[in-house]
Amino acid sequence: MRDKDGKRRHIIGMLVENKTGVLARIAGLIASKGYNIESLSVGETLDPTVSRMTLVVRGDDWVIEQAVKQLNRLIDVIKVSDLTDEDLVERELILIRVNAEPTFRAEVLRIADIFRAKVVDVTPMTYTLELTGDEDKLDAFVELLKPYGIQEVVRTGKVVMVRGSKAVTKRYQEKLKQAAGKEMIVVAQQEEGNGQDLLR
Amino acid sequence: MKLTGSEILLRCLVEEGATTVFGHPGGAILHTYDVLPEHPIRHILCRHEQAAAHAAEGYYKASGKVGTVMVTSGPGACNTITGLTDALMDSMAIVVFSGQVPTAVMGCDAFQEADVVGTTRACTKHNYVVMKTEDIPRIVKEAYYISRSGRPGPVLVDLPKDILMGKAEFKGYPQEVNIRGYKPTLNGHIGQIRKAADLIAQAKRPIIYGGGGIIHSDAHQELQELVEITKTPITLTLMGLGAFPTDHPLWLGMLGMHGTYTANMGMIHCDVMIAVGSRFDDRVTGKLSEFGKQCKIIHIDIDPTSIRKNVKVDVPIVGDVKHVLAQLNQELRKVERDWAKEFEEWHAEIEEWKRRHPLRYDQKDGAIKPQYAIETIIRATEDKDPIISTGVGQHQMWAAQYYRSRRPRRWLTSGGLGTMGYGFPAAMGAQAAFPKDLVLCIDGDGSFQMTMQELAACVQYNLPVKVFIINNRYLGMVRQWQELFYGKNYSEVDLAVHPDFVKLAEAYGATGFRVERPEEMKAVVEKVVSTPGPVVVDVVVDREENCFPMIPAGAAIRDIIDVGDPIPEKLFQGIR
Ligand SMILES: Cc1cc2nc3c(=O)[nH]c(=O)nc-3n(C[C@H](O)[C@H](O)[C@H](O)COP(=O)(O)OP(=O)(O)OC[C@H]3O[C@@H](n4cnc5c(N)ncnc54)[C@H](O)[C@@H]3O)c2cc1C
Ligand SMILES: Cc1ncc(C[n+]2csc(CCOP(=O)(O)OP(=O)(O)O)c2C)c(N)n1
Ligand SMILES: [Mg+2]
Repeated sequence: MRDKDGKRRHIIGMLVENKTGVLARIAGLIASKGYNIESLSVGETLDPTVSRMTLVVRGDDWVIEQAVKQLNRLIDVIKVSDLTDEDLVERELILIRVNAEPTFRAEVLRIADIFRAKVVDVTPMTYTLELTGDEDKLDAFVELLKPYGIQEVVRTGKVVMVRGSKAVTKRYQEKLKQAAGKEMIVVAQQEEGNGQDLLR
Repeated sequence: MKLTGSEILLRCLVEEGATTVFGHPGGAILHTYDVLPEHPIRHILCRHEQAAAHAAEGYYKASGKVGTVMVTSGPGACNTITGLTDALMDSMAIVVFSGQVPTAVMGCDAFQEADVVGTTRACTKHNYVVMKTEDIPRIVKEAYYISRSGRPGPVLVDLPKDILMGKAEFKGYPQEVNIRGYKPTLNGHIGQIRKAADLIAQAKRPIIYGGGGIIHSDAHQELQELVEITKTPITLTLMGLGAFPTDHPLWLGMLGMHGTYTANMGMIHCDVMIAVGSRFDDRVTGKLSEFGKQCKIIHIDIDPTSIRKNVKVDVPIVGDVKHVLAQLNQELRKVERDWAKEFEEWHAEIEEWKRRHPLRYDQKDGAIKPQYAIETIIRATEDKDPIISTGVGQHQMWAAQYYRSRRPRRWLTSGGLGTMGYGFPAAMGAQAAFPKDLVLCIDGDGSFQMTMQELAACVQYNLPVKVFIINNRYLGMVRQWQELFYGKNYSEVDLAVHPDFVKLAEAYGATGFRVERPEEMKAVVEKVVSTPGPVVVDVVVDREENCFPMIPAGAAIRDIIDVGDPIPEKLFQGIR
């Protein structure tokens, strides 16, 4: 979905060195383009020296293409790809503390049930619910609970995985096996012919 | 064998061949300086760390070997930032080693602490803080490798004091590097190269727009082959000067804001533009919306981020210029075409531009015209194959316009950042790399005063740099803009007070000359060349000469103002 000015939300997947300062480099680069990071999630991969980072930023395609190239240029970034147009499994997690007074306690539970949310904490007047899902699902959940009075919401960044066999980490590990490092990415760049890095 | 971090560092430098170091000691790096004299390393004590960084840039550009800088923590490291940024903008390979407070007090506002890694993140290609003594060899190896390979650039290594003082087993300098996130592409994609060759084979009015990348990859021979095979006229950016002989009939002169009329006309009348290791800087493209609309563009660059950054290109080729041009030439040699005949019309048109719009100035009796001074310096020393550096300003542009060369790595100037004060220390660095060569600095009176303290280092280490100060007693380039765009409101550009540069040179133990009359110019240059040791020449020139041709900032190339053209009223931005 694009804004009037042609911008849209981009999901950028990255494999990066798991060391101090890497996040600062990435954040600094995105900030220098004048873009706000909408969400960010970082976690270790099977290889503890490598982290997987998922970044959501809004911008026009051309600027994001530049940003992706520049991210790829960072020495600590092993691999980057704009995954926006890929077929993705997308998940976020939300924790939400909602009023649950006796008069509508059951209703709140019913909504939680419909969404398959878990009750993770209970007090006489509140429920704390946990839900994972894609963004739309989480948004809908929040909307439905609003009338009861939401006390606190904590939401993670997005994590994504390309559907099928094209997943970043898996492909990357194959590459590690071939001990070719970025060699393969170079091939991908060349196939594209415009020097764009591709994780696919 | 257990060694201290300092010993390991210096041994690694020796192994790396980094045996010339530009630096300035201080508390956090004292431990290293303590053992420095025991190592076969020549240290040049620069009087300011900014100058040390520029010297390292000059050393790199002239020799192709990475320049090395060593400074202390806090103020020392902070003083290198201008040099680091300059090196980043112009892709200069330098490695800066900065002392740092001990790890235990990092982040505690310790004495002379600065967050150097944080501060330099945006002005280095990469930087490190070393947290274990045993990591020093690997990090030094990586630092030099990253700095020189791919698109060259500055790397900083921050060395906390306890890491330098700590001991570790030294297992030798690593032979290899393997950085999984960094593998620059060298060869171009053959499909893309064939597309480029096809485009060139169909061209009627091609032009080569070459840049600094040709020099970094030492590809001047491949470039010359490309020109010879295809008879394609060629222009170079300010950073590319030297990559092609200036006496060749297909040489058009520098392009861009102060480039020749011919080169700029070539850019807007071509049908195929071959950009080779150049990055479509705004000083070159002028108004972007009107740039390159009439032609197909081929762009060869090792850095994917340079491609499509400012200008949409038709055939991008990611790779090292030397490799890609070799591949491209191979394809083009197969093309059956009488290139010279096909381009007869195009060449004739170019000759006409050259004939009607040469670089020119009018040296009458009286004050020395700066262009005359610069042309005389360049011509009178040409047979000595000098290395020439410049400051930033009008004198820089004239030096670029009148520059004559037959080979690369003899031209040092600050292009991307345009750092006044670059010229003199860069010349000093080049002289350190080539002690026997003639090294000239064509400087501005404003620029020279930003780093002139290095006269002391030149005298101390016998680096016989010859500085010609093109002295117009103005921040001339700024004054020119004020004249043209701000109604001659000369706000704060008059350098009304100068030291006596002749006495200044003498005070440092160097030689000083002054020249005020055009007829003396040539003799003075000859005298300077035969004078041993560093020399400063105060060349007193006509104050209000302007540099043309000029494409005003933001204007399109076709709006170029040649020498003697009236200044269009619409350019005026200020209040008259
Ligand atoms: C007062 C002033 C006026 C100026 N006026 C002009 C002017 O009139 N004309 C002009 O041209 N400039 C002018 N400049 C300089 C201008 O600002 C830019 O610095 C310059 O145009 C950039 O040159 P370049 O395109 O060759 O790029 P460089 O900065 O030299 O960059 C080199 C490019 O080559 C690539 N590269 C590096 N190594 C390799 C390799 N091995 N293989 C392939 N590619 C490689 C890099 O990725 C980069 O994209 C002026 C500067 C100042 C201060
Ligand atoms: C460090 C720095 N400060 C300011 C500028 C802006 N600037 C560009 S050219 C110039 C004037 C340079 O004067 P001078 O060295 O005397 O050279 P001239 O133009 O007179 O030949 C100035 C101030 C700059 N490029 N670098
Ligand atoms: Mg001046």
